[in-house]
Amino acid sequence: MVMSVWRKPASRVALLGLLALLSVIGFMTLNVQADWAFILEYRGGRMMALLFTACAIGISTVLFQTITHSRLLTPALMGFDVLYVLVTTLVLLIWGGSELAAWSPSLRFALQVAVMVGLALLLFRLLFSGSVRSLHLMILLGMLAGMLFRELSELAARVLDPSEFGISSGVPQASFNRVNTKLLWAAAAALAVAGLLLLRWRRYLDVLSLGRDIAINLGVAHGRVVLGVMVVVAIMVSVATVLVGPTLFFGLLIANLAYWITGSQRHCWTLPASVLTGIVCLLGGQVVLEHVLSSTLPLALVIELAGGLLFIALLLRGVRQ
Amino acid sequence: MIETRGVSKRYGDVLVVNDVSLRIPRGGFTSIIGPNGAGKSTLLSMISRLTPMSAGSVMVDGMDVTRTPGNVLARRLSILRQDNQTSLRLTVQDLVAFGRFPHSGGRLTADDRRHVDEAMEYLRLNEYRDRPIDELSGGQRQRAYVAMVMCQDTEYVLLDEPLNNIDMRFAVDMMQLLRRAADEKGKTVVVVLHDINFASCYSDHIVAMRNGKPAFQGAPQEIIRDDVLHDLYEMDIKVHEVNGQRICVYFRTT
Repeated sequence: MVMSVWRKPASRVALLGLLALLSVIGFMTLNVQADWAFILEYRGGRMMALLFTACAIGISTVLFQTITHSRLLTPALMGFDVLYVLVTTLVLLIWGGSELAAWSPSLRFALQVAVMVGLALLLFRLLFSGSVRSLHLMILLGMLAGMLFRELSELAARVLDPSEFGISSGVPQASFNRVNTKLLWAAAAALAVAGLLLLRWRRYLDVLSLGRDIAINLGVAHGRVVLGVMVVVAIMVSVATVLVGPTLFFGLLIANLAYWITGSQRHCWTLPASVLTGIVCLLGGQVVLEHVLSSTLPLALVIELAGGLLFIALLLRGVRQ
Repeated sequence: MIETRGVSKRYGDVLVVNDVSLRIPRGGFTSIIGPNGAGKSTLLSMISRLTPMSAGSVMVDGMDVTRTPGNVLARRLSILRQDNQTSLRLTVQDLVAFGRFPHSGGRLTADDRRHVDEAMEYLRLNEYRDRPIDELSGGQRQRAYVAMVMCQDTEYVLLDEPLNNIDMRFAVDMMQLLRRAADEKGKTVVVVLHDINFASCYSDHIVAMRNGKPAFQGAPQEIIRDDVLHDLYEMDIKVHEVNGQRICVYFRTT
């Protein structure tokens, strides 16, 4: 009886939810020494940013893996978040900092997201039009693209004059430990837009994972839906990158944990599971590191290390098959 | 009726399907045969809008396949290709239930469930109902996919080499099932086949393709003949009548 309940994805997702809730409570309440108003403001902002990050990376990674039919490829591995960093620097370079400084940061963010969506769609078309069939070649291309974007944005940053660069900074330097909380509301709004878009396509997601031919056979306008999903992915990658900067293996880690925990490929389970896993990793991981292990090891390092090991394991398993 | 009008497919300089105008009547069992590279599969996937055409048009009961909304066509015509995702963690029942998607949009009604049960019964999948498809053998998995297409309950059922990778017993089983679907349910079954003996024994109508064009078409007794097959495959094939079935023998040249 207990076993059969446990086998249901619903109960597993519920347990994950409980763990995530515990992580949030732990993150907010452990070791409070100053007064509560300060803690609420300081930790609250960080917590919201990390929650949004878990949402953005969890959902975008699962969606990306659905449309690419791979458990290995993620937006981060294909260089999408570095592309966002490039976009922010390029926008500054083209429009000039003094003019943009007059804009509100949220408006700038919106502009960057729009450019990002356009570029991501272009990149996706180039990479996934069917000309590149080998998964390993795809990973290699993604890594190359990531390196190229990183170098380009560094180059652009050097061309910028220092005061302008000051405006762009914050985004490229953000990380799990130095969360950017200035754009919380804009990030929330962008997430909401992406979520509404996703709601429109939600019924098609499971069909998409059956492959292009079967999806078309079942009457899904495959090209249009994939494009729509890609827009959602691009918005969410922008949100994650503006909050915590580029990541590498975090998405891969939480998406695969979500598949493994739910034992299902239904998006009604995998999407919430990957978000909740992300919350447990980010907030719970922070609590465990800081208060249980009292370690000064940066969380990002631990997460990326675990994700990297998983990546290698998946790669090896793929080779063996 | 399925009607192709001057359909062509070009990949770079190579013309894979060359100006094909073809009519496949409603009802019955049609096989498409021919040597490798004749354009059989490409033609089938253009008819079912999986591959865009370079020229021409395809009408299914008067509907242009490239202009008709996907879900409208999905209730009239279904297509199964040979290489399907095999790594999915899905139970057989869940896979088959996807066949109802064009009708119910993902939320199963009692009527949908009846169709799912019927399709599983029809393909004798009941004992595998809750098994994940990635744990099935090739033949069982193929049957699960065919059950999904049957569950879609379309007038036209198109299959690209459904006998690939399955052993003789399952192959005969599969052909019997498809034949029954045509006879008992009045479906129009169109199948690309490599094994000309299966085509000979089960078809009402055979389309023989060569170099991107239909070279011959007609009833099995008109196509399964020494001279026609020699022309088509450029090899010696002897046709013998065994128990009223026309069987081709070509395995060892003398």
